[in-house]
Amino acid sequence: MLALWVVLGIVALALLYGVLVYNRLVRLRIRVENAWSQIDVQLRRRYDLIPNLVESVKGYAEHERELFEDVAKARSQAQSAAGVQAQAEAENQVTRTLNRLLAVAENYPDLKASQNFLALQEELTGTESRIAYARQFYNDQVAKLNTLVQSFPSRIVAGMGRFEPREFFEIEEPARGPVSVQF
Amino acid sequence: MYEQIAANRRNTVLLILGSMVFAGGIGFLISYLLFGNGYVGLIVFLLLSGARAFYSYRYGDRIVLRQSRARPVSHEEEPRLHNIVEGLVVGAGTPKPAVYVVPESAPNAFATGRDPAHASIAVTQGLLDQMDRVELEGVIAHELSHVRDHDILVGTIVATLVGTVVLLAEFMLRWMFWGGGFGGRGRDREGGGEGFAILAILGVVLAIIAIVAAPIIQLAMSRRREYLADAQGAMLTRYPPGLASALRKIAADTTPMRVANNATGHLWLNQPSRVHGEENHWWENLFSTHPPIQDRIRILEQM
Repeated sequence: MLALWVVLGIVALALLYGVLVYNRLVRLRIRVENAWSQIDVQLRRRYDLIPNLVESVKGYAEHERELFEDVAKARSQAQSAAGVQAQAEAENQVTRTLNRLLAVAENYPDLKASQNFLALQEELTGTESRIAYARQFYNDQVAKLNTLVQSFPSRIVAGMGRFEPREFFEIEEPARGPVSVQF
Repeated sequence: MYEQIAANRRNTVLLILGSMVFAGGIGFLISYLLFGNGYVGLIVFLLLSGARAFYSYRYGDRIVLRQSRARPVSHEEEPRLHNIVEGLVVGAGTPKPAVYVVPESAPNAFATGRDPAHASIAVTQGLLDQMDRVELEGVIAHELSHVRDHDILVGTIVATLVGTVVLLAEFMLRWMFWGGGFGGRGRDREGGGEGFAILAILGVVLAIIAIVAAPIIQLAMSRRREYLADAQGAMLTRYPPGLASALRKIAADTTPMRVANNATGHLWLNQPSRVHGEENHWWENLFSTHPPIQDRIRILEQM
């Protein structure tokens, strides 16, 4: 008789654990998806900023046509990229062309001093920073989700609920110190 | 980094529990000695601290902002500051707080607000002028961590517990020395008068200890939370040297602050009244809201 109660108790505890872990997995998965769309929001802010930046440089350096085309191409490729890996690659390309654009601006003191350009540069730095933080937040949430999905015994619940580990989003980070650009 | 955060959190919880037990015990003992019934004191104590805590919690941020003459700034007025705050809240996953600037030339900053959804961050003009982007990020990350940890809530609870204990203890001492309050009860007692006297003396001693010890506990907790905010801020930016560099600049700056006083000292990034660059004696550290700045820099550099 006692043995029956003990077994029932263990089963009840196991079920309770299962429910708690399942709910935690659901919460984490939703947070990961939310974090991914947050990255998207920040990337879109960068796309919106790029045309203004290009226009302001064009005003002083019209002949750098190839560079402007590269920037436009990288931007449209990033906008149409699908999947975490492809998106990361495309965003890296956008960052590289933007760095080239800023390096070109170094050669034109009038451009460098213009208020419009300075304001745009500050916004760009801010946007790059926000993208980096959005990526960091996304990766943090992915790490938490993956840990739960892959650890024992929560992996049993994860398997039953068909929770998959997610990919990390790796893009080149804008340097925190002085930037040196190679062509 | 993670170990420090866990250790700091644990120590804070222990300190809070300890102070609540201590404070509740004092309230109980005091009212037992006065009225023969400990539970009255306990209830009065709980009600008093509850009311005071609620008031500070709800309106405290407005009061502090007004006192420091903080001025709200828009994105257009301070784009760099706003961009930094926006980046950090994206990294932290919390709502963006209101942003203020305090017209002071000494570099400093504070955060206030009862929870992340109703928070404000203020920096001095001096901080904006002297720090570069990375250093500013380090400072704001530290302040944001205070908000995220509900340090304002914790600080308010402890401050009102301490305040109420000190209030009750002083009240009791005054009653004893001026009202001879134990006389009435003593006459009613048939025996055990000696035991009662000992209890009374114990009460006085405890009251004195309470008046001295409670603020020490409060300050110890404030220092713990500063270390915690340093560590969490470093984890948010993933760049401890940022805050370390900012603290080094602050330590070197000797401009005195005009708006801060002892009541608001605990909120700032660095204690406004500290003399910089000197090695502090242990008793000075005991009564400080902030840990010594050199220690903070050293810990950040070792992360």
